[in-house]
Amino acid sequence: MFDASPLNRRNARNEMLVRLLLGAMTGLLVLPVLLILGTLVYKGGPIISFEFLFTSPTNGMTAGGIFPALLGTIFLVLVALLASVPLGVAAAIYLSEYAPDNWFTRAINLAIINLAGVPSIVHALFGVGAFVIFFRFGTSILAASLTLAIMTLPVVIVATRESLQAVPQAFREACWNMGATRWQTIRRVVLPNAVSGILTGVILEVSRTAGETAPIMFTGAAFFLPFLPQSVFDQTMALSLHLFVVSTQVPGMPEELPFGVALVLICMVLAMNSLSIALRMYLRGRKRW
Amino acid sequence: MVTATPDTSEGAASMALPKLQVTDLSIRYGGTAALSDVNLEVREHEIFGIIGPANAGKTSFLKAVNRMDLFNPDMEVGGEVRFNGVDTSRIRNVYGLRRRIGVVFPLPVGLPLSIYDNVALAPRLAGQKDPAELDVIVERCLQRAALWDEVKDRLDSLGSLLSGGQQQRLTIARALSQEPELLMLDEFSIAVDPVTTMRIEDVLKELRQEITIILVTNLVQQARRLADRTAFFLEGRCVEIGATEDLFTGEVRDARTRDYVEGRFG
Amino acid sequence: MPADPVGASKPRALQAADPAADFDRLNRDWYIDKAVQIAVFIGGISAIVFIIGIFVFISKEGFGFLLGEFSFKEFFLSPNWRPTSEGNPTYGILALIAGTASVTGLAMLVAIPFSLGAAVFIAEFASGKTREYLKVTVELLAAIPSVVWGFIGLAIMNPIIIQTFNVPIGLNVLNAGVILGLMAAPIMTSIAEDALKAVPDRYREAAEAMGATRWQVIYKVVLPAARNGLLGAVLLGVGRGFGETMAVLMATGHSINIPTSIFDSVRALTATIAAELGETAVGSDHYEALFTIGIFLFVVTFIINLTADLVVRGVRRG
Repeated sequence: MFDASPLNRRNARNEMLVRLLLGAMTGLLVLPVLLILGTLVYKGGPIISFEFLFTSPTNGMTAGGIFPALLGTIFLVLVALLASVPLGVAAAIYLSEYAPDNWFTRAINLAIINLAGVPSIVHALFGVGAFVIFFRFGTSILAASLTLAIMTLPVVIVATRESLQAVPQAFREACWNMGATRWQTIRRVVLPNAVSGILTGVILEVSRTAGETAPIMFTGAAFFLPFLPQSVFDQTMALSLHLFVVSTQVPGMPEELPFGVALVLICMVLAMNSLSIALRMYLRGRKRW
Repeated sequence: MVTATPDTSEGAASMALPKLQVTDLSIRYGGTAALSDVNLEVREHEIFGIIGPANAGKTSFLKAVNRMDLFNPDMEVGGEVRFNGVDTSRIRNVYGLRRRIGVVFPLPVGLPLSIYDNVALAPRLAGQKDPAELDVIVERCLQRAALWDEVKDRLDSLGSLLSGGQQQRLTIARALSQEPELLMLDEFSIAVDPVTTMRIEDVLKELRQEITIILVTNLVQQARRLADRTAFFLEGRCVEIGATEDLFTGEVRDARTRDYVEGRFG
Repeated sequence: MPADPVGASKPRALQAADPAADFDRLNRDWYIDKAVQIAVFIGGISAIVFIIGIFVFISKEGFGFLLGEFSFKEFFLSPNWRPTSEGNPTYGILALIAGTASVTGLAMLVAIPFSLGAAVFIAEFASGKTREYLKVTVELLAAIPSVVWGFIGLAIMNPIIIQTFNVPIGLNVLNAGVILGLMAAPIMTSIAEDALKAVPDRYREAAEAMGATRWQVIYKVVLPAARNGLLGAVLLGVGRGFGETMAVLMATGHSINIPTSIFDSVRALTATIAAELGETAVGSDHYEALFTIGIFLFVVTFIINLTADLVVRGVRRG
C-alpha cells in the first residue's frame, strides 16, 4: 500500500540516484588510480628483470640496474627501525599503561599528531640542522635514518598503543592482584598479546619509510654513488630519490627506465601494506579471549 | 582485642596478632559511599565469612584489603587496614602485599596464556625457574581447584578460552599458586556446579591449617558450612560479627541478621 | 638488633615492631618496575622533545636571516624570490605562497567532494565484502609514496594535459592540483568514514523509525552529527596538501608565478626548499632564508593540525 503513493515513489527514485552518484564518486576516486597503476605495470613491467634488480646503473644512469638504490633503501629502513621501534614502543607503553589523564599526556598526544603532520621537507631541514650539522654525522645513512625515524615515529606509537589498549583491563588487574608489578604484567601478559598488532604497525612504518624522499635528499641519500656504503657514516643511494633523479635530472633517459623504478618502488610499498592489512585481518579473525 | 586480654603472656600476644585488623574502614566511589565505618579483625588460620545481599560492600571490602584502590582513581579509602600489623596505606611495595594475598572475584579471568602458564605465573614471578618444581606446583594447584582432571591433557591451550566455570577454578588455582598467607574468595562458586563446589570447600577446610581465608558469599549455607566466624554486611555497613554457629542459631544482636540468615530478605 | 633466635623464628613478632615488614621491602622487582617506568616515560616525552627540537633547530639555522636580511614586508608581500641575484637578492615568498595556495585549493576542490562522497558510500551504503574491498583499496591508495605521485604527474598527466587542452606545458596548477587531490583523498576518506561510523546507530534507527529514507537519514541526521569529524578530515587534507613536497616539486613546473589560470606553472614553498637547499652554502643568506620558509611551514601546519585536533575532539566531548 505504501509503494503506491507518489511521495514514496519519488523517495525511492531519489534514493537510487543518490546511491548511484555516491557509488560513481567512489569509483572515480579509485579507478584513475587503478588506471595509473596499470600504466606503470604496462610501461615499466618489461624492463624489470633479475639484471635490473641486481646490477648497478651504467652510462650516466641511462642503462643498467638499480641494485645500489634498492640496497640503500633497505639500509635506511633498517637503521631507521632500529631507532624508532624501541622508542615508539616505549612511548606507546607509557601512554597506554602508565600515563595519567592530564594536560601533560594531552601535550604528548598533540606532539605525536604534529610529528605526523609536519611537512616532510621540514623534517629534512631538521635533519640537516640537527644530525648533519649539530651532531656532526655529516650527510650519512645515520643522519638520514634518524630523520626518517623521527618522521615515522607516530606510525609505530599509534599502532602499538592501539594493540596494547585492545588487551582488556581485566587481564591487567588479575595480574596485579597476584602481586605482579606493572612491568611484569606488561611483559608477561600485555605485550605477548599485543606483539602481532605491533608488528602490523612496524610493517606499515617500513612502507612509509621506504617511500619517503624529501627527508633523505639532504641528509644522506646521494644522486649517484659508484660504490656501496661501508658504514652508517657513508652516504647511500635510495630507490625513492633514484626515481626523482632518473625522471627529472638526467637528460637522454630512456622512457621505460623511470617507469621500471617507479614500479619496483610501488610494488615494495604496496606489498608491505598488503602484508600489514592481511596480518591485521588474520588477527581480527583469531580469538584469544 | 589483643590489649583487652591481660592474661595472655607477651609471646602469646604477639602470636595472637590478627592477620587483618580493620579500623573505621570507609570506601567511596566518586563521592558515593560503598562501605562505612567497618571495624573487624580476621585471625590467623580461621575462615572468616562475610555474608550479605548485593551492594552490601562485601567486594569493596576485599578490594580495599588488596589495595585495588590503586587501579581506580575514583575509589577512595578511609580508615586503616593492618595486614600482619602493617598499615597497608603506608606500604611502599604494594606488590609485596598483593603477592601474600590471593584473591578470587566472581567474574572469572583466565589470562590469555596457556593453562600451565596461568598457574605457573605467580611462582615464576616469585623467582621459581625449576621446571620440575613448576610442574609440581601447577598440578597441585589445579588438583586443589578441582580442575586438574579436566585439563591435564591440554595444559597448552589458552586459559582465556575455557568455559566460565573452568575459568573460575583456574582463577582459584592461580590464587593458590601464589601460596598466599591470606586467601580471599568472593562468591567463588557462582559458575561452578554443586559437586565441584563441595570438592573445593573440602580443600578450603584443609587449607585452613596453613593459611587464613576470607570467604565472601551470598549463599548463607556455604558460610555456615565453612566459616568459623561470620560478619553480616548490609547497605555498606557491618551489622554484626560473631561465631558462625551463633548467627545461625539466632544468637544475634541485630534482628536484621536473623531475617537475612533465615531468608526473609536478600 | 639483639640476637633473638626466638624472634627470628617467629617473623610475625618482628613485623609488629618493625613497620617496614619483610613483604614491604623494596626488592629487585620493585626497582626494575621503577626503572622501566622511567624508561618508557622518556619514550613518551620524546615526541614532545622532537617537536620542540624541530622548531629549535630550524629556528637556529634560520635565525641569522630573521635578524639580518629579513624584512616582514618583503618576505610576505613581494612576489620576487631571487635569492641568487648578483648584488641585489630579494626574498619574497608571495608567489610561492600563491603557488602552494592555488595547488592546494584546486586539490581540495577535487578531493573534498570525492572523498566525502566516497566516505558516505563506504560507511552508509556499501556492505559486507564490497565495503571491505573498498576500505582496503583506499588504504592502499593512501600508501603510494609522494615521489611516485610526482612521477605520475610528470610522465602520465603531463602528456594527457598537453593533448587534451592543447597547451604548451602540462606541468602546472591543474596537473599538481589533480595529483595532490588524488593523493589527499584516500586519507580524507578514511578519516571521514571513521567520523561517520562514530555516529551512534540509535540516531539512524530513530530517524528510520519516523519513516525517513536512507538518504534523508544521512543528510538530516548522520552528516550533521559527524560535522566536526568531517571538518577535521578536510583540515588534515589541507595540511597534507600544504606540506606535500615531492609531488608538487615534480608536477607544478616549478616556475615562479602568481597564477592567473590553471594552466600556469607555479612553484610551491616546500618545493623551493627541496630544489634549492642542495645548492646553497651553509650559513649563507639564501640557506637561512630557506630555513625561514621552513619555520613558516612548521607554524602553519602546526596551527592546522592543532585546529583539526580541537575540532575532532570537540565532537567526542559533545
